[in-house]
Amino acid sequence: MRSTRASHASSEAGMSDAALLEVDGLRVDFPGLDGAARAVDGVSWRLEAGRTLGLVGESGCGKSVTALAILRLLAAPPARIDGAIRFRGVDLLALDERAMRRIRGDRISMIFQEPMTSLNPVLTIGRQIGETVALHQKVGSRETLERAVEMLRLVRIAEPQQHVGEYPHQLSGGMRQRVMIAMALACHPDVLVADEPTTALDVTIQAQILALLRELKDRLGMAMLLITHDLGVVAQTCDRVVVMYAGRKVEEASTLDLFDQPLHPYTRALMASMPSLNTQAKRLVEIAGLVPDPRAMPAGCSFASRCALADERCRVETPQLQALAGDHLVACFAAQEGRG
Amino acid sequence: MTPEAAATGDVRGRASIAAVATPPSARRGPWRRPLAWLLRHPTLAFGALLLIAMAAIAIAAPWLATHDPDDIDPLARLQPPTAEHRFGTDALGRDVYSRTLLGARVSLAVGVAVAAISATIGIVLGLVAGFVRPLEGVLMRTMDGLMAIPGILLAIAAMAVVRASLATVIVAITIPEVPRVVRLVRSLALTLREQLYVEAARAVGTRLPAILWRHVLPNMMAPLIVQATFVAASAVLIEAALSFLGVGVPGQTPSWGNMMAEGRNFVAVAFHIILYPGLFLATTVLAINLLGDGLRDALDPRLARQL
Repeated sequence: MRSTRASHASSEAGMSDAALLEVDGLRVDFPGLDGAARAVDGVSWRLEAGRTLGLVGESGCGKSVTALAILRLLAAPPARIDGAIRFRGVDLLALDERAMRRIRGDRISMIFQEPMTSLNPVLTIGRQIGETVALHQKVGSRETLERAVEMLRLVRIAEPQQHVGEYPHQLSGGMRQRVMIAMALACHPDVLVADEPTTALDVTIQAQILALLRELKDRLGMAMLLITHDLGVVAQTCDRVVVMYAGRKVEEASTLDLFDQPLHPYTRALMASMPSLNTQAKRLVEIAGLVPDPRAMPAGCSFASRCALADERCRVETPQLQALAGDHLVACFAAQEGRG
Repeated sequence: MTPEAAATGDVRGRASIAAVATPPSARRGPWRRPLAWLLRHPTLAFGALLLIAMAAIAIAAPWLATHDPDDIDPLARLQPPTAEHRFGTDALGRDVYSRTLLGARVSLAVGVAVAAISATIGIVLGLVAGFVRPLEGVLMRTMDGLMAIPGILLAIAAMAVVRASLATVIVAITIPEVPRVVRLVRSLALTLREQLYVEAARAVGTRLPAILWRHVLPNMMAPLIVQATFVAASAVLIEAALSFLGVGVPGQTPSWGNMMAEGRNFVAVAFHIILYPGLFLATTVLAINLLGDGLRDALDPRLARQL
């Protein structure tokens, strides 16, 4: 938690009021034969320069769709995207494809979950990193290669001159994820969208990659949107956290507040299901049931069917987000009424 | 969090040691030692050798030939192989050996040209079908329609409306071969389109043409090369069939199909007229198919292990 606080302090100085990236009432539908599936349902949040926002939730709750929508990488149609995604005040959803291409990779970059398949097997990693540079900056091929070497050094790959000519299959998973990060950061973007960057890696490498991301974020002064289902990752990395469930934002708070006092039963359940070193429990705690089918959302709170605190009202009425204790937002009747 | 931070530092150290310790052999590509690579794939090596020999014969035909292939000698008709006429003579007394060697030029030219042209057209149409959704339906149904007509029939029909020449034969054979390539390219494109590295390329702002050229096309080269060899083999056979039926290259051009067509009336008395062009034709097709099989095994090691 120490590092989280440190980055708080350092970024607070240069922080302005205007959000760098602001998602406002984002709604994503996938029309299908048996009704539209609403993947993201009216989610709003702000990401300020130099900060890290965590987007947490289990599989299928709309985290990745949100990330893809920000970069406009969702094929639309078939997807229907409503709401606004403002980057420096400009609505990305209103931009034409050319203008959007200039933003991708240059101002907003993304790293993906699977480092094993996110690199083109037939291109050397130097060329793949160089591609980003060549796309957005007018530089010669030699300079592009030098930039690739420099980026490899930045992501702490030993002997970058040698590795720059290698192919992805010659690298380990952790190194590939470092290359992905180098690719994403080659143009020093303002925002990095990291979609489960450590999920496919083993635990020791996870810690290294997270430390690297934190360090590079501070060094390059960029903001980061970190998508994960791992609350441990959130605790180490994020300033603020948005908890999503079934396409909705159910809780938002600063990392400290969230871990100090989780308000939504879903957040609490997520925390309870984290294995802890301190308990002697033989079985891991799980959240019973599954996320409801996005094509057939139940009336009322979407978490009601899995919630121990749910009462009649929860099954009929949808709870709205309400600020409790300063900037701690939660959408839950039980929390808002102070029971449970 | 302190023990974890310590662990992080420790692991980073180990990772860099592991990176340094990568054995040099891991850095060697398949092309670094082409000969050793070839020897590990005997099918490929044999097919390539056979085809290279055939190509050498085709190129050197004018110097290897013992007679003018068009020289008619009425006194030496239908002669069996002798020292003078190594493969004997045909019904007009022309030297079968010289004509067979020159016939290799037609067959190989048709094979290579048809493979190259149908691959080029097929790649363009297949990528369009795979990446431009609105055109996919029209394009693929047209291809399905083309595939419904037997290739040789389509080629005969095409030859019926144009003047026979080497170029028209190539075009006529290419038309029925294109849909096969289009289908392959489209199916590969549909798979590759969903690959994360294609999405990653889009995420850094790459345009569609650059994505196709740098990320999609190189990744479909292996199956495409294999398919191209089979197209070439089939083109050589179709050319021979067209010539045999009299709708191929003009009759005066020595081609294996023409020679066999002319020789079929004399099978009983002069089998050699059909035998030698037939042997060369079979050898060429076998060489191309061996090359294709070998390439498939060599380029896709997973498949080779299954077989």
